[in-house]
Amino acid sequence: MEGDIANMGQFIGAGLAAIGSGAAAIGVGHVAGNFLAGALRNPSAAGSQTATLFIGLAFAEALGIFSFLVALLLMFAV
Amino acid sequence: MAEEAHGEGGGLVFHPLDQFKISPLFGDGPIAWYTPTNVTLWMGIALLCIIALFVLGTRARDIIPSRVQSVAELMYGFIYKMVEDVTGHEGAKYFPYIFTLFVFILFTNYLGLIPMSFTPTSHIAVTAVLGFGVFIAVTLLGFYKHGTHFLGLFWMTDAPLILRPVIALIEVISYFVRPVSHSIRLAGNIMAGHAVIKVFAGFAAIAAISPVSIAAIVAIYGLEVLVAGIQAYVFTILTCVYLKDALHPGH
Repeated sequence: MEGDIANMGQFIGAGLAAIGSGAAAIGVGHVAGNFLAGALRNPSAAGSQTATLFIGLAFAEALGIFSFLVALLLMFAV
Repeated sequence: MAEEAHGEGGGLVFHPLDQFKISPLFGDGPIAWYTPTNVTLWMGIALLCIIALFVLGTRARDIIPSRVQSVAELMYGFIYKMVEDVTGHEGAKYFPYIFTLFVFILFTNYLGLIPMSFTPTSHIAVTAVLGFGVFIAVTLLGFYKHGTHFLGLFWMTDAPLILRPVIALIEVISYFVRPVSHSIRLAGNIMAGHAVIKVFAGFAAIAAISPVSIAAIVAIYGLEVLVAGIQAYVFTILTCVYLKDALHPGH
């Protein structure tokens, strides 16, 4: 019985951690969308800023990966 | 504990994380640090591919490059330009280290996409060595080049004086989180992608949704090809950014 409740907590926690992935998706969408909006206004400057774009994407995405990692740990490691 | 959920009744035929299991190449004894495992094997294969591309491929040194040579030159030029753009001219001295990181991560990522292969970069143990290596090297370099002046990286002189201790605290924390996020980003991305493919492969056993799941596997595989390249690029460019902080701590 206790094991069942602990299991349930694990799965609920993993599901809650998945919200973080969705939030990271919003962040990545913001970065890419704003880059595109800026790039279409001034296409000549866009090429030199792709490195910045990828750095921004990486930072936004890393936090989503962290929450995914928490979910994985809850599911398989705890 | 979660095994009951993924057992015979649970749906998935195999565990999506089974693919990351490290096993010794010969026999199955305990794994010590010197035991050749599948990690060793696939790192070795990556190394051989790199040697084939960059040593054998460019051996002719043609003025008009052959196909292999132009691939090698393209990669070299791409990373060299990136290092020079981000770190400035004096950063070009550290180009060999950065290029080594890039090529190693790129090749292990792409070789890991071959079915039944193994991806060393999906393990945090591997990427943490790379990430902490960069962190330690960059920190030592900063202190070597600038002495205690390097600590100016944390003390923002253009911020109001009252805010400076707070900003310094935040900067110090974010500085020490760098190697953690640097390594987990790579391992997490690669591991997540491979696990998702395996999860969809598990769904393919159910006849009703198998066409959908096979189409999904193809689509995600395409995404993974993209991610493998981008993550190698991101790891390298962040290394460049950290290196720039060590070389020019003032701004």
